[in-house]
Amino acid sequence: MNPRSIVFAMVLILLALAAAFGGNYWLRLASTAALYVALASSWNVIGGFTGYPSFATAAFFGLGAYTSAIAQVQGWPMVAGWALAGGVAAVGAFALGLALLRLKGHYFAVGSLVVAEVLREVMAAGGTFTGGGMGLNLPLLPISPIAQGRLFLGVFALLALASVVISWAILRSRFGVGLRCIEQNEAAASMLGVDTTLYKSAALAISALVAGLGGAVYANWINYIDPGDVFSVLLSVKPIVMALLGGVGTVTGPIIGAIGLVGLEELVTRNFLDLTGVFFGLAVVVLVLFLPNGISGLALFKRGGKP
Amino acid sequence: MALAQVLINGLLLGGIYACIGAGFSIVWGVVNIINILHGSFIVLGAYGAFFAHRYLGVHPFVAMLPLALAGWLLGALLQQYLIRHVMAAKVLVTLTLTFGLNLLLNNLMIYVFSADFRKVVLPNHDPLMMVGLALPMDRLLSMAAAAGVVLATHLLITRTMLGRSIVAVRMDPQAAALMGVNVDRVFAITFGLGTALALVAGAILSPIFPISPTAADAYLGKAFIVCVLGGLGSLPGVLAGGVLLGLVESLGAYFLGPDHSLTLSFVLLLAFLLLRPQGLMGKKGFE
Repeated sequence: MNPRSIVFAMVLILLALAAAFGGNYWLRLASTAALYVALASSWNVIGGFTGYPSFATAAFFGLGAYTSAIAQVQGWPMVAGWALAGGVAAVGAFALGLALLRLKGHYFAVGSLVVAEVLREVMAAGGTFTGGGMGLNLPLLPISPIAQGRLFLGVFALLALASVVISWAILRSRFGVGLRCIEQNEAAASMLGVDTTLYKSAALAISALVAGLGGAVYANWINYIDPGDVFSVLLSVKPIVMALLGGVGTVTGPIIGAIGLVGLEELVTRNFLDLTGVFFGLAVVVLVLFLPNGISGLALFKRGGKP
Repeated sequence: MALAQVLINGLLLGGIYACIGAGFSIVWGVVNIINILHGSFIVLGAYGAFFAHRYLGVHPFVAMLPLALAGWLLGALLQQYLIRHVMAAKVLVTLTLTFGLNLLLNNLMIYVFSADFRKVVLPNHDPLMMVGLALPMDRLLSMAAAAGVVLATHLLITRTMLGRSIVAVRMDPQAAALMGVNVDRVFAITFGLGTALALVAGAILSPIFPISPTAADAYLGKAFIVCVLGGLGSLPGVLAGGVLLGLVESLGAYFLGPDHSLTLSFVLLLAFLLLRPQGLMGKKGFE
């Protein structure tokens, strides 16, 4: 059995155990982990496979959260709100990508970072429709808290699974080869007949679809959203850190990284609440300096010398 | 007349924005690193000026000198011992490293200084009145100091051997190395210069803006916008970008209300990124 399948098996067993026997604490932890897996894995499609350092995850996450929340406040059923959120995030990302993905390197990174800031301002200035700076309350589900916890763990786990399967399928498809090609040499890819603009925008849209759905489900899970919370820059950075921790551009990497980060966060928050940010920053610095290829880059995870 | 007042306020604000963007622009243009730490460095400089004023009675503009020296040392060490090791890596990696360092420094400042807002309180000057327009003295002085700092840096870059080697490394690190320039040393010096400018900017704005670690992100955002508007690779560009941003924010606040001035500046940033990535005065090829 290779280490990759052991990782998958362990994740599934832990999730099942948390759902079956865990109290609210373990349900919350497992749900967070599943959400992080979904976000890291979907970021990997644009950031890892395509090589565009996107800092727009928070923008799509927040856009999804707000779309679904507004729809539900207007009387839509929950699941319809989620579907709408995923659609809006994906279409928005595709349109945005047509313009923004013409930028490269630092300029793309800054441009993508700004999108969340603009959306945050728009939502904060949106009056009663978006709840403004006060945020929005979502309708409560008429079931017990523990059942609700299990339900959302299931939804987040499905989302994570879908995100990983999508990234696995992309890597094995013609589309994935095109993205890889763009990552290595965009001019050459274009010469070889890859429609780079379309491919890049599609990659961003797929990434945004998962992030938007994640945001929509998150809004119902927490029952309350405000602009500062769902457009937080940390939401853009954490998926990147998770992918770096596990290994950028691999299917397994973001899963390992997400679970590693959840564990680290929990450890630090429990023991040093005031210094959480300090330790998180320190962890990022150490990670970048000493583990540039992530955990997947370690010898244990290499098969036949191929990373 | 109200419009003239708004324009003057924008110009004064613009000079200070130029000072905020100068160090960021030099580091981005020469070392090719987006220094996410920049905003926190500005706040650190403001705290330095604040404590120097409170405990030693030193005027913030005098505190600029020791702060510049400390900043230069801090930045050079940071570049030489940490950032240098990831220079060859992708944009993502350098960005994430400075992001991590920023998280570390910013949260440390919150822990040590608390997130409370403070301000250097100087003896009050009456605003200068000219043909019915009010020129707030504190802003005028800060604007003058900021313009002086930007000019001094410009002279350092264009008139000294050190400046020539910095320009050479910016244009072509390999060729500069072949001409006998120690590229790693120039990177360290440049990063130090950028950090020194950030701390100095902090001292300059400490009598005007409230000081708190939570303001770091806003300063970083301004620095981004100033650089993109003005264009990388020239300090006159930074000045132009700062003034443009100052004017746009003032006019935006006047016509659309203060709620939307931030959105307006971000929209301006996106427009420039897409339509004119070399900025107002930047040269093609420095994008």
